[in-house]
Amino acid sequence: MIDLMTLCAFNAAYAMTIDSDALEEWPEYFSEDTHYRITHIENENENLPAGIVYADSRNMLIDRIAALRLANIYERQRYRHILGIPAIVQQNSEATYAHTPFMVARIMATGQTDVFATGFYKDKFVKSDAPASKANSFGIVLKERIAVCDSTVTDTLLALPL
Amino acid sequence: MDTQRIHWKSDSLTRIPYSIYNDVEIAEQEKLDIFHGKTWNFLCLEADLQDAGDYRTTHVGETPVVVVKDQDQQIYAFENRCAHRGALIALEKSGKDASFQCVYHAWSYNRQGDLTGVAFAKGVKGQGGMPASFCKEEHGPRKLRVSVFCGLVFGTFSEETPDIEIYLGPEICARIQRVLHKPIQVIGRFTQALPNNWKLYVENVKDSYHASLLHMFFTTFKLNRLSQKGGVIVDPTGGHHVSYSIVENDSADNSYKDQAIRADNDQYLLKDRSLLAGFKEYDDGITLQILSMFPGFVLQQIQNCLAVRQVLPKGVGRTELNWTYFGYADDTPEQRKTRLKQSNLIGPAGFISMEDGAVGGFVQRGIQGAQDHEAVVEMGGDHTGSSEGRATETSVRGFWKAYRSHMKI
Repeated sequence: MIDLMTLCAFNAAYAMTIDSDALEEWPEYFSEDTHYRITHIENENENLPAGIVYADSRNMLIDRIAALRLANIYERQRYRHILGIPAIVQQNSEATYAHTPFMVARIMATGQTDVFATGFYKDKFVKSDAPASKANSFGIVLKERIAVCDSTVTDTLLALPL
Repeated sequence: MDTQRIHWKSDSLTRIPYSIYNDVEIAEQEKLDIFHGKTWNFLCLEADLQDAGDYRTTHVGETPVVVVKDQDQQIYAFENRCAHRGALIALEKSGKDASFQCVYHAWSYNRQGDLTGVAFAKGVKGQGGMPASFCKEEHGPRKLRVSVFCGLVFGTFSEETPDIEIYLGPEICARIQRVLHKPIQVIGRFTQALPNNWKLYVENVKDSYHASLLHMFFTTFKLNRLSQKGGVIVDPTGGHHVSYSIVENDSADNSYKDQAIRADNDQYLLKDRSLLAGFKEYDDGITLQILSMFPGFVLQQIQNCLAVRQVLPKGVGRTELNWTYFGYADDTPEQRKTRLKQSNLIGPAGFISMEDGAVGGFVQRGIQGAQDHEAVVEMGGDHTGSSEGRATETSVRGFWKAYRSHMKI
């Protein structure tokens, strides 16, 4: 069983990792065979499987960060994640399923700050035997994280992960 | 009296006055001469309307439109505006209904957009009601002519728009048929809000010059280099284009392994190379085809990643880009998975498209205060013909040729 405080601490560290631009550490929160996807509520309700980001391995997440650092061009920007308390929807000896609401502000280099995304993480957490990494010392990893945005619209572009 | 505020200094298509992107009067004229003019506008996919009663709401330019399938299996489209006070008739993005009823005063419409019912038409207890002379047939939202081509549903407000196949011409038709040759299935929909005038996005789509310069991911993975075999087709009106490329040495074996080996030789290695693993599904070996249709429709094939894009103006300085990702109805689970993974290339977070979301905004911001200045569109000369190489802006000039012809400017 994974307790609520562990989930909260995990999510807090996850958010700080992205918001402090330690993006290289972001994949450490995921299992090797993870599924990570960013979509929105309408696709989710209609069972449309595509995402604006779609990964079925941790390596794909590492690649995405590498692309952001080396290949992609976008204006300097930061996020501020505000995460709610995880609602544990199902739990067994194998995995813990939780929904956690998020609100993400995007701060552009110009100073413009907007609510960029709201929604919830649809998560499947599993225990991990892997040694604690710099970012993730919680003994759990995300086997699945689907960031379900409330709005169908993405403003301008999405570079940094949610 | 000449009230035109925008003046091209010559007939040449190599200079674009910057004011064309932020002038309010131009935007008003576009509503009439482009979006309500002699153009076919993408409404939805035929796959979106499976059964009688299925409908979607969309826009032609900024005009709200309902598109719906009726009992006769024909698709109809009409303005989403009640004939009474002008309120939206349908509020949902999609649904299924026997008929439509405006929520304001309950005037009702059939699936073909005919006004069929006026609430309290005969009054209440003998009081009020519509005059006897009121004729429902004389009232109703404007109807669009609808054409379905290869599963794409288009609408036009003009009686004079040529038939869709004439409008597109044989070369463009063939390039649409090449991709949409069998039933498709939608796998996701995303909207991107662009901080720029709609024309800047359309130009960006047509601009094959920028691809390997702005989108470094392409270059890094040899997905699209200007040295690759390829070309640009511009139709005689200038308004439609196809840009395509063929990755050389790709024909022998397009398997996972082969793709991985090629990535191996690159400086920057993907850790999970399955992202770029594809399968060959077109005999002509074309690995990338971007097709645009005047004014605001795009059909894309980037490897096995298929999508349509609808470009909708939202005021002078904003644009909504509606992406619909799809696969074929007979995809195997593995093929579907490949499409889902390759979809990382496109959309608002796409490895090779995210920059396009921002670059139009850079222009929109950059041209503030430059009303009397012009953009230079001279790569590849001054013509609007088809071209073998892709270091050309011929299809961008083609857009302006069509635009100026519709706008008579």
